[in-house]
This record gives sequence, C-alpha cells and structure tokens, in this order.
Amino acid sequence: MKKENLMIRGFKMLTFQGAALVTSALMMSTVAVMSKAAPAPASAAVHIGNFTFKSPALTVRPGTTVTWTNDDDIPHTVVSKDGVFKSKVLDTGNQFSFTFAKPGQFGYFCSLHPHMTGTIIVKA
Amino acid sequence: MLDDLDGDRRNFLKCMAWAGTGALFAFDGGLTSSIGLDSALAAPLRRKGTQPFTFVQISDSHIGFNKPPNADARATFREAIAKVQALPVRPDFIIHTGDVSQLSRDEEFDDADQMLKATGLPVFFIPGEHDMLDPEGGKAFLQRFGKGSKGAGWYSFDHRGVHFIALVNVADLKPGGMGNLGAEQLKWLQADLAGRPSSTPIVVFAHIPLWTVYADWGWGTDDSAEALKLLARFGSVTVLNGHIHQITQKVEGRIAFHTARSTAFPQPAPGTAPSPGPLKVPADQLRGMLGITDAMFVRGHDRIALIDSTLTA
Repeated sequence: MKKENLMIRGFKMLTFQGAALVTSALMMSTVAVMSKAAPAPASAAVHIGNFTFKSPALTVRPGTTVTWTNDDDIPHTVVSKDGVFKSKVLDTGNQFSFTFAKPGQFGYFCSLHPHMTGTIIVKA
Repeated sequence: MLDDLDGDRRNFLKCMAWAGTGALFAFDGGLTSSIGLDSALAAPLRRKGTQPFTFVQISDSHIGFNKPPNADARATFREAIAKVQALPVRPDFIIHTGDVSQLSRDEEFDDADQMLKATGLPVFFIPGEHDMLDPEGGKAFLQRFGKGSKGAGWYSFDHRGVHFIALVNVADLKPGGMGNLGAEQLKWLQADLAGRPSSTPIVVFAHIPLWTVYADWGWGTDDSAEALKLLARFGSVTVLNGHIHQITQKVEGRIAFHTARSTAFPQPAPGTAPSPGPLKVPADQLRGMLGITDAMFVRGHDRIALIDSTLTA
C-alpha cells in the first residue's frame, strides 16, 4: 500500500516535470516568435483586499502591464517606493495599471496605509 | 466661591446625565489618572482661579462614505453636530481630528465645512490620511482648513491658559511604516514648547494615535516617542486622536491618551477581524457605535474630563 502510494507520487512528479518541460519549451518558442512578430501584450493582476496586496511579490516579464484592483471598502493607493509609478486614489472597484518595460525590482506601498507593501519583480 | 463650585458641579452632573455612558480622564494636581465615572463624581472638587471651559472633539466624519454599515455619512455627521448644539454647556470650540472627507473631494470638504459653520463655533482641524488624496497631496484641505498653519498643517494656540498643539502624522508616510511626524515638525514642536512653564496644561491632537495601539494595522506613529519626550516635563498632557473609530485610553506617566469614535462607521477592535475595514454592524446598532467627545477643563483642580457619548445616548 505504502509502496503503491510512493509510485503514484513518483509518477505524478514525473508528469509535473514533463509538463514543466513542455511549458518551458512552449515559452521559449513563444519568446522566439515574439522577437520576430509584434509582441502580444502580457498582463498580470494584483488584487487589493483586507488591507493587503494579494500577490505581495509578483514576478513578470519585461513589457508586462500590471493592473491593481481595489476590492476593499476603503480607498487605497499604489505608490512606487522609488517614484517610478503612482496611482491616483483607488476607491472600491477602481483600477490602476502600469507597464514594466525594464527588468528590476519595484517595491511599492499604499500611501494611506503604509504598512501595506508589495514588490513587482521584472525578469527577462 | 461655594456657589461657583456648586454651579460647576451641577453642570458637571448635567453633562454626566446627558452622556449616559462615559469614559473619563481626569487631571488632578498635575498628575493624570484614569478613573471611572463613579469615582469621578465622588472626587472632591477643589477650585481656584480661572473659569472652566469645555470643547468638543469630533473625528473621522468621512463625508462621502456611503457603503455598509453607513449609506450616508453626511446624515450621521449632521446628527453629531446636533448633539454638540444640544450640549448643556456651550463649548468654546470644536476640534476635528481628521478624515473630514472620504476622498478629499471639494464637495465633501464643502459639506463638512457648511455643516460645522452652522454651529457658529470656531473649529480647529487637522488632516487625516483621507484628506490628503487630492492630486497635490493635501493642498485642498490646507487651503480650506489649514490657514496660518505650518508645514503639512501643524500649529498651536492658547486658550484660557491651556496650550493646544495640532500635529499632522499623515503626511509623507514611509513604506512599511505607520503614522509619521517627521523631523521638521518635531523641530517645530521643540521650539513651540521651549520656554513654556511645565505647569502649563497641554492638549495635543493628531489624527493617528501617538502611541502604538496595534502595529499590524499601522495604528501608531513611528516617531511619536520623540514628541512625547518633549512633552514629558509638563504636569498634565492630554493626547486626543482619531483614526481607529473606537475609544481607547492609556495613561503613561503624566500623559493621558484617548481616541474618539467616528461619526461615520465603527472599526473592529485590534486583531479581531482580518482587516481594519468598516465594521458592518446592523443598522439598529450603528448609532450606538458613533459619537463625539466632550472635554471639560477646569483650572484650579486641573481637571480635564473627557466624556464620550454615542449618537443614541
């Protein structure tokens, strides 16, 4: 019984690795295609809820547009620690988007509730 | 003399009766102590010198807020003002400890302004973080409510022998931090206090609490210890804050801290909810969690009594 479980687990891991290989192969070919044709705009989302950035550390590729959405009943802001970007006040349901062109680490916070912090990691 | 004393006591009792439930801070002989209402009423009244006066603290009106549990923060603010006007002793002035507006919009500031003007009383304001949301980061608030103030809106004034200090701890907040006074304001405070006799009663007001109520929710001020150090030599200091939409109290040395209720919506007690967002109480409970604070100052027996009352009381 125990052995069987291990085997199943081993098979699952293999499947996962296989899937990962396929995914990275696909990604590589996508990058190859993108470098020739017009790049499809990449996008990512960060939701704000319960006075937190729900994806506190988010990794994206250069050129990705990140959109923050305030799901709280209280207004928040999205302000870069280094002055790279700054939203207007976001009331409930409001969104703010910023496109990260270059690689780097971009720390940000809510200027109303500065204990709310997050980071966008842009990696090629 | 005795007549005066009786008169004061009568007014004091009247206020108590009106207050219903009350939390009370007392200054006696320069030493601050937190006492219950019963012992306050039983405490011997000593009197020498100046006429007593009262002022009212209103906080966190959030004009423009329209979500559960309060679809109309203007209406509850109007009720709070009606309470002020119905006080048995007419206050000398009102202080508003910030978050006048929800989103720093002109019409929000304007409505708050018009409603407060109807009292005919002077009003002293300091901004909350919700009042700093115009594109220029607080300019709209300062133009309307901060005339003659310094920096981000701080100032001081004297009234009947009491020194009032209005501090701003919602400007230029730092990532990962809490409230912040900043070096420039602390320098100003030091100069403002220099040369004042330690016997001068001091009232400090600021939006975010000047002591750490709950760090996880940012309910404190990073550099408040530096301000409190400057205030430590004074015999009686009262610190009045808002921001957390509930009453909390603390006494440290000769400094008494107190936070007021909001007139718009309650917030959860520290750590009792996933976030400090509005506490969505049933409609029939809302007004019991909103209110104002009446402060009575009687020189001589050096007493400030802070009496919180709800909109239902």
